[in-house]
Amino acid sequence: MAGRQLLLENVHIPGIETFDVYRKNGGYASVEKALKKMTPDEVVEEVKKSGLRGRGGAGFPTGMKWSFLAKPDGVPRHLVCNADESEPGTFKDRYLMEKIPHLLIEGMITSSYALGANLSFIYIRGEFMYILHILEKAIAEAYANGMLGKNIMGSGFDLDLVVAPGGGAYICGEETALLESLEGKRGNPRMKPPFPAVKGLWGCPTVVNNVESIAAVVPIVNDGGEEYAKIGIERSTGTKLISASGNLVRPGVYEIEMGVSVEEFIYGDDYCRGIANGKRMKACIPGGSSVPILPAHLVTKTAAGENRLMTYESLADGGFASGSMLGSGGFIVFDEDQCIVRNTYTFARFYAHESCGQCSPCREGTGWMEKVLHRLEYGHGTMEDISLLEEINKKIEGNTICPLGDAAAWPVAAAIRHFREEFEWHVTHPAEAQTRNYGLIQPRVEEIKAL
Amino acid sequence: MIKVTIDDIEVEVEPGTTILNAARQIGGEVVPPAMCYYSKLPGTGGKCRTCLVEVAAGSTADPRPMPKLMASCSTAVMDGMVVKNKTSQRVHDNRGGVVEFLLINHPLDCPICDQAGECHLQDLGYEHGSAKTRYKEERRTFDPIDIGNKIKLHMNRCILCYRCVHVANQLTDSRVHGVMHRGEHAEISTYIENAVENDFSGNMIDVCPVGALTDKTFRFKSRVWFLKPMEAECSCTKCSGKAVVWMFGNEIYRVTARKDKYGEVENIEDKTAWICNDCRFDKKDVSAWNIAGPRKIDRHSVISQGKYATKIDKGLNKIG
Repeated sequence: MAGRQLLLENVHIPGIETFDVYRKNGGYASVEKALKKMTPDEVVEEVKKSGLRGRGGAGFPTGMKWSFLAKPDGVPRHLVCNADESEPGTFKDRYLMEKIPHLLIEGMITSSYALGANLSFIYIRGEFMYILHILEKAIAEAYANGMLGKNIMGSGFDLDLVVAPGGGAYICGEETALLESLEGKRGNPRMKPPFPAVKGLWGCPTVVNNVESIAAVVPIVNDGGEEYAKIGIERSTGTKLISASGNLVRPGVYEIEMGVSVEEFIYGDDYCRGIANGKRMKACIPGGSSVPILPAHLVTKTAAGENRLMTYESLADGGFASGSMLGSGGFIVFDEDQCIVRNTYTFARFYAHESCGQCSPCREGTGWMEKVLHRLEYGHGTMEDISLLEEINKKIEGNTICPLGDAAAWPVAAAIRHFREEFEWHVTHPAEAQTRNYGLIQPRVEEIKAL
Repeated sequence: MIKVTIDDIEVEVEPGTTILNAARQIGGEVVPPAMCYYSKLPGTGGKCRTCLVEVAAGSTADPRPMPKLMASCSTAVMDGMVVKNKTSQRVHDNRGGVVEFLLINHPLDCPICDQAGECHLQDLGYEHGSAKTRYKEERRTFDPIDIGNKIKLHMNRCILCYRCVHVANQLTDSRVHGVMHRGEHAEISTYIENAVENDFSGNMIDVCPVGALTDKTFRFKSRVWFLKPMEAECSCTKCSGKAVVWMFGNEIYRVTARKDKYGEVENIEDKTAWICNDCRFDKKDVSAWNIAGPRKIDRHSVISQGKYATKIDKGLNKIG
């Protein structure tokens, strides 16, 4: 595999899931370094220097998030790891936790030390129950070897780490819903402000970070933030785990250096090795189901004709008109036989099912979109339905408590923006749409460029 | 005190006041509608999204506009904030969208609904709704459940404002109902039937903005606008005993708490005058009450149409 591997370098070593093998291969070095040689603020400073951005999807700078943490006297602080990875198309955290659980635990200890948290949590989705057992076993090993508990490595720093499973709700991956769920309540997102950094778990200042972000703290502390920032381009630094799926020759979890071109990632020998069965690419969703879908001509090149790279900025180039987002790195590729309407309906069904039902635009809007898309997909739609979908989108987007509303609206809006002909074909050829797919669409390149 | 401008009207409010409450201090048309926020129940708000407003300038220190529409019930004002409610087309359009969402699954059984006439959704639909629905599917329905012999739960009408959940949390000693399931299948339920029984559970009826929770002792007895609301008082050991009795002739048809112009239970002597279930459901005899006189219903809904001078009447008088 090309490029530097910071997280998955040792993943293929037999027995790496056990403490002894992990420790022998350089594990827990960051804990040793941080606790013995650095102050908590120095660790935060390294993370800031690294330019690490939240790997859960939003891409908010982790160091900055940490520095927002309120530190009132006498109030405990908490670090919560968001392992509720439920975004369709994303499976990187699962892989990481399953194969190399001690990396996450090491990251949790180092990060908790940086934030001054003495009780930290890993909130894991209910469907990952087998991983919960892996993590609990690893945590027990860490306790037994003095990496968790009282006075870790003689530094005077205490940390207890608890793995808490959720019930398997997508919404509990939203940080405030996650905290509600962790407190034992119904997983409804909270109103912000106050942000968790001020009032989080049980009213205490809390930082919620994605599994991959916390794991990335380990190489950052080991090698220094500046070294980490050397990888990548501009504000997209370091390595990123990409979950590649769909019609690819070699799908799977890849650790890439930020800045690899999309073309190389899809077709390169080190990565996915092209589209399966000799087909052509029709579309690609580069960052998990919530981000806008891109038609083939906008995947490898931006609307301006530049090479598109695997970075936060390059994938977002062109805004929503001709760009998308890196999101959580759920890279889904569609070949020419796939039906965009069907795919959009599947996503809409997912969001309708996962909406918490707390605020009206999301509760009613996601269900409505699902029904309209169902009509279109099964040949009962009308042309008005397509514009109706666009209008429902606009009324949901930005008007909800949490980002689930946006996440539900964007993929539908983008699918209609880029593949309107296919939606119309479902209306004009209802019988045919049941037996065959629309195939490759004539890309409206000029029209998109004009935007 | 900090200054905030709402629809070009400036008002001075205490720091920490929400936009909605600042607007209520101005009063009149600049007040955004609220279906889920209830000032007497801490923790409510933010859910229905009908009170969305545009913040054209965040504050004097940071005069940038806020990109998203903000829920006015839960956004605190800043010094120098400029808010647009009635004057913003964007707010108007999006509020219309929210109302459409609230109505797509609402049964529109107003002709047989006890809430008709004092229903906030009816008012909202009148102001922001469209004449036709674009929803072609069958409306969502729920299996009816029996939550006791005093309160009728009609889940099909519920808009999930969570107010009744807060009432149970804050006024009663134990909450036995709540929201189950999620998304459009979310419903208010007790899980165990016949469970909602508490001296103050009846207040759930008063806070319900729609006809999802209604008074079983008043069910189908009369339209509210045929009744005469009278301010009344009784001696009660459980509550203040200050209520409104709704009369037809000399008979009391129903008893409610005293509500202000936003449909919220009034504060009397700095205490929210919730009434107990005895007063609400059992004292239907005129002799139990000391009736003071007619209660002014300060709302634009149909209840006030027949009995009190409305804006339209005043306007006509001027012309006449």
